[in-house]
Amino acid sequence: MNIDPWIVGFAAVTVIGTIYMGFRSAGSAKTASDFFVAGRSVSVGWNSAAISGEYLSAASFMGVAGMVMSSGYDALWYPVCYACGYLFLLLFIAGPLRRFGAYTIPDFAEGRFDSPVFRRIAVCFVLFIGFFYTMPQMKGAGVTLAYIFPGLPYWVGVALVGAVITLNVALGGMKGITLVQAVQYWAKMFAISVPAFVLMGIYGSYGSHLKSNETRVEARSAIVGEAIPGANAMPEKFVRAELPAKAPQDEAWISPFGSLTTKPAKAAGLSDEEARPYSLLYTYSLIIALVCGTAGLPHILVRFYTNPDGVAAKRTTMWVMILIGVFYVFPPVFGVLGRNLLPELYEGVGAKGTDKIVLELPKLLNQKYGMLGSILSGITCAGAFAAFMSTFSGLLVSITGALAHDIYGRILRPNSTSEQRMKMFKVFAVICGFTAVLLGLTVEAFEINKLVGWAFAVAATSYFPLLFLATWWPGITMPGAATGMLVGGVFSLISVISTMIADQSPWATGLKTWYAAHPLARTLAEQPAIWGLPLAIVLMVVVSKVTRAKVPGDIRLKMLVLHAPEALGLKQEYIKEQEGMGH
Amino acid sequence: MKPNPVEPDPLIHSEEFLHQLMRRQLKLSLGCGCAFAIVLLALPLLNYFAPDVMAMRVGGFPLTWLILGVLFFPFVWVISYVFINRSLAMEAQEAIRAKQGAVCHGQI
Repeated sequence: MNIDPWIVGFAAVTVIGTIYMGFRSAGSAKTASDFFVAGRSVSVGWNSAAISGEYLSAASFMGVAGMVMSSGYDALWYPVCYACGYLFLLLFIAGPLRRFGAYTIPDFAEGRFDSPVFRRIAVCFVLFIGFFYTMPQMKGAGVTLAYIFPGLPYWVGVALVGAVITLNVALGGMKGITLVQAVQYWAKMFAISVPAFVLMGIYGSYGSHLKSNETRVEARSAIVGEAIPGANAMPEKFVRAELPAKAPQDEAWISPFGSLTTKPAKAAGLSDEEARPYSLLYTYSLIIALVCGTAGLPHILVRFYTNPDGVAAKRTTMWVMILIGVFYVFPPVFGVLGRNLLPELYEGVGAKGTDKIVLELPKLLNQKYGMLGSILSGITCAGAFAAFMSTFSGLLVSITGALAHDIYGRILRPNSTSEQRMKMFKVFAVICGFTAVLLGLTVEAFEINKLVGWAFAVAATSYFPLLFLATWWPGITMPGAATGMLVGGVFSLISVISTMIADQSPWATGLKTWYAAHPLARTLAEQPAIWGLPLAIVLMVVVSKVTRAKVPGDIRLKMLVLHAPEALGLKQEYIKEQEGMGH
Repeated sequence: MKPNPVEPDPLIHSEEFLHQLMRRQLKLSLGCGCAFAIVLLALPLLNYFAPDVMAMRVGGFPLTWLILGVLFFPFVWVISYVFINRSLAMEAQEAIRAKQGAVCHGQI
């Protein structure tokens, strides 16, 4: 295969545009506040597009389509819960958190509990979840570059994209990336919707493609000899290609409780009927992880502080939900069309598998309309670039912010000046970017979307219970919050990693056989949210009750600041007060 | 230390005011949250217990695919729209009452 000039052209425009915008706004980022929270002056329109831009990562742009293609119905929970998690954020966390007025989650953790120790624990989790989340972005970068330049090794793409974004973040900080991310949201929306409409116009609609996949009911009635009314009423615009042996069968693909959620039970050799309860359990745990995990992702939460006030924070969330909801209708379209039109991708693994369906599918049009396929494929490539670049920059700002602001500025050198902290921000940005690239090199064999799901599971069992209880329950204490968060987060992290090791590592065959023999344990280990979240909450409540004496003395004022309408003038900028006190 | 911007208003700082404030907001949040959670959590159950109904074709889509992949998003927008309007109205109302000093014990 040769390098396609159209695809290279579109991708290059996105990269150059991103770098240019970053450079241009770097000039206007002068104060520490500009670097960390964009001066708190971003308007609702810009901010909601920027949050959406940051949120729609490689997992959303490429991973969801790839996963719908490989796993069918079950994979739809991912886009739906990614979008709906925002509702939880809006209902319980967005307003109070913004009113409290801290730069980062660790700031909130320290301010709410008056505990510098707790800040350190919170920082560790920002780093953990952040780095976990960068891995799938790096994989997206590697896959896309390997697609654009056939033959290019996976690691070159990862290293190249990592370097470009690290440079961008080091120069502009948060203010630099707000504009870039807002623009990138619209780039992604355009890049996913236009090719989807063109493909549907030429190869038949979303519905007609789904229709060609038989459900269990139809397969059954076909055996009895009943014709499905209207099944072949319309002439098809496409001919279904033969499915390779590796592809899931129609019934399992289009129906709930298919290959994704029954995998642990199937590995134990259970029949379809016996596997269903495990599937249901898996589905619920996945839902909890994704919905609550969204509300606990540190790099998303930090963006709420860029709103001028709590009212704007709420309006922003509303718009974010509309923007990402519209977006998430489209990736499954690629997955569904891809199953019928490009089933050969089922054969590939790593960078050659279903994860690249969004990039590859539009190219089919070249057979009918010459250049059109290359142009559209170039557009989706540009969208993929926008996806992993914007999410990776957001993550890098959040991780770097945690290191420069919390670890350097608060723990190592509390007396450092603003300039010193900004200098350290740049140094840490480079270190973090390098680490993220190294981590990205290890995950080529994993599905992008699954990696993201695991990051969510850890966030759902650590940050979400912390934020929820700390905003709504005055009785929570630092030891209680810390115990719940550490035990919940660490246990779910360990169980997730144990399944990764069992699947991938050649020396863990013992673990693999044990998991295969215990489908319940395997299901719960792969999707830990269903036990991790209650565990964290129970621990927080119980330990807080025991250590009742440690509830902060001014708890009533703190709760008032969290919940009273801002019009009452209770807002206290936590940072300013701390700085005034000589920290 | 910078001057404390918080007015030492006994009314606003009373236990009752805070309690009522949080309870009203939490009630609204929980109400909206439940409406959402019931629909979200009922869908796997319907898939589990009524697979044939959920596999019915609507415009080519199996019913459950149509609900999850398309219709769920507008449903969430409606909930968030209702929540935001009510919550902002409630805040404005609370602010006015508190400022007028009308927050007598148990009256809010």
